[in-house]
Amino acid sequence: MSSEFFIPDPEGQVPSAEGYFGAYGGKFIPEALVAAVDEVAVEYDKAKADPEFARELDDLLVNYTGRPSALTEVPRFAEHAGGARVFLKREDLNHTGSHKINNVLGQALLTKRMGKTRVIAETGAGQHGVATATACALFGLDCTIYMGEIDTQRQALNVARMRMLGAEVVAVKSGSRTLKDAINEAFRDWVANVDRTHYLFGTVAGPHPFPAMVRDFHRVIGVEARRQLLERAGRLPDAAVACVGGGSNAIGLFHAFIPDASVRLIGCEPAGHGVETGEHAATLTAGEPGILHGSRSYVLQDEEGQITEPYSISAGLDYPGIGPEHSYLKDSGRGEYRAVTDDAAMQALRLLSRTEGIIPAIESAHALAGALEVGRELGKDGLIVVNLSGRGDKDMDTAARYFGLYDEGTDAEVAANAADTAEIEGDAK
Amino acid sequence: MSGNIQLLSDTLAAAKAEGRSALIAYLPAGFPTVDGGIAAIKAVFEGGADVVEVGLPHSDPVLDGPVIQTADDIALRGGVKIADVMRTVREAFEATGKPVLVMTYWNPIDRYGVERFTAELAEAGGAGCILPDLPVQESALWREHAEKHGLGTVFVVAPSSKDARLAEITAAGSGFVYAASLMGVTGTRESVGAQAQDLVERTRATGSGLPVCVGLGVSNAEQAAEVAGFADGVIVGSAFVKRMLDAPDEAAGLDAVRELAGDLAKGVRRSA
Repeated sequence: MSSEFFIPDPEGQVPSAEGYFGAYGGKFIPEALVAAVDEVAVEYDKAKADPEFARELDDLLVNYTGRPSALTEVPRFAEHAGGARVFLKREDLNHTGSHKINNVLGQALLTKRMGKTRVIAETGAGQHGVATATACALFGLDCTIYMGEIDTQRQALNVARMRMLGAEVVAVKSGSRTLKDAINEAFRDWVANVDRTHYLFGTVAGPHPFPAMVRDFHRVIGVEARRQLLERAGRLPDAAVACVGGGSNAIGLFHAFIPDASVRLIGCEPAGHGVETGEHAATLTAGEPGILHGSRSYVLQDEEGQITEPYSISAGLDYPGIGPEHSYLKDSGRGEYRAVTDDAAMQALRLLSRTEGIIPAIESAHALAGALEVGRELGKDGLIVVNLSGRGDKDMDTAARYFGLYDEGTDAEVAANAADTAEIEGDAK
Repeated sequence: MSGNIQLLSDTLAAAKAEGRSALIAYLPAGFPTVDGGIAAIKAVFEGGADVVEVGLPHSDPVLDGPVIQTADDIALRGGVKIADVMRTVREAFEATGKPVLVMTYWNPIDRYGVERFTAELAEAGGAGCILPDLPVQESALWREHAEKHGLGTVFVVAPSSKDARLAEITAAGSGFVYAASLMGVTGTRESVGAQAQDLVERTRATGSGLPVCVGLGVSNAEQAAEVAGFADGVIVGSAFVKRMLDAPDEAAGLDAVRELAGDLAKGVRRSA
């Protein structure tokens, strides 16, 4: 049978049997994990070929997640995008509030098939952690989530959600205390507990088969968006735009459009305070090829291979690596990657909220800011689809401080931001 | 000049000829300072270590527990560079004439350049490398340059490694095989897992003839004696680093690691 919502990449595409997308990918893992990672690859191949797996996953994606997700045209927002038509792929409307649930349900089913009883995961913004804790509650699996200490503070709501769902949340205090360090700690746990534990990796990075498998679980985003756009707009978009941290929502949107040469695939990286300041997480813009977390890809690093500490206002994009398929798309020229500052993303967040009544996640707001730029470049005949990968509820504390929305909050920083705001809004009109 | 893989093999063979296991110590370069790290390595050689692994600190040591993470962090904050690691290897080797390996993650070498790194390490008198996140199937480029420069490639095997894979690894490796005593990261443990002996036996059964040395979790003379009962070498890392971290000053730290090396050297000579 063919599945409607679990739509893995057709055979014959990248990666290679060894997990390489051109020069990127592979399996740079400790020997202790080789058997477990191989088991995931074998089990995933079996699952792909098993109609029962597709049936079970389809049922969950429809009746639990709420797929297909809506495609919403946003004309009032698009007035600021040079008059181009803009559609949002509403992954924020999925159960748990982001695209992350697509991959989590697939890997949770795989965990059951492997007979493992415990799941660990890393999380940045907490959206992958919440989705994982949700699936573990649903399937009765033990769940431990690793989260950088800084992220537990700026995404406190999601920490509470994970704990409500029964997960143990470990605040990681090593290194930069963000997503990278959460992944390090999850790997350490996995090495020690691999017998009964599956590492439910949350993005399209990591060792093979994770980049290909996680992509396959998110591929439905682009497949749906492509079909919905053909129905609604009568043609393919000129550009598909998504934010990229590790790159899972972006590859999910892009992948179905790769054969459509007329569709530009545009990834928006976090420029933080500006790429030139060094305080950013724009890996493809400013990084060099290297190895981080099990695969070769672009990495933010110094000349001696030490990983540099990234920065972004967005916890979900605050990562010095990137999935290997994005590195491949960048080098081949099929993908375009540009950097979006904290300020531009926050302006886009507020603009969408006020023009369309949709509060996006700060991660997704980077894609919206990119879409405003791309729209102005394309002009009024342009047609853009943006992956609205998550909702912004979790970010209200950060946004309230940024914009001075709390009653007592009007410090100098907020005032300075307000000045920037006026400038950017002026540009938009 | 060519690297010292032969010295490493000869040293392990000499220990075997004496009817004992070799003692292999690990200390990171640049910890607590570059010169302090060199002094610590000399101290563990004085105490009785046969081989030393010099850690090249990495920002993301995913296979290390809290003790070595802390030491790496101190070294990196102190600004340790690959040139400092090379100086550490050179001074440790020249002062003792004993085999000195480098242990690190793959990215620093990949970024620095494999040819440049292997040439410099051989020139400094190094014996080879242990690269725990470079599994055998990704290692062809490294091995090509290591062999060219007379450097050994010590692969790690784990209790989870299947027999066919052990054969593949021992066929590609040189110097010795690093058998991880348990599934986990570096750090001291109360006991060394029973899986260690099984792993050593399965690794020897590949017939490669490479010495099999056991690491992870060994911290005292009793454990060293126990492991020496079935392995060709005993590898101790975190216990040395912890002595340095716990010492009130550098001189006391040097005394502490020298003393621990002495205890462990006795341990490997009275195999249980």
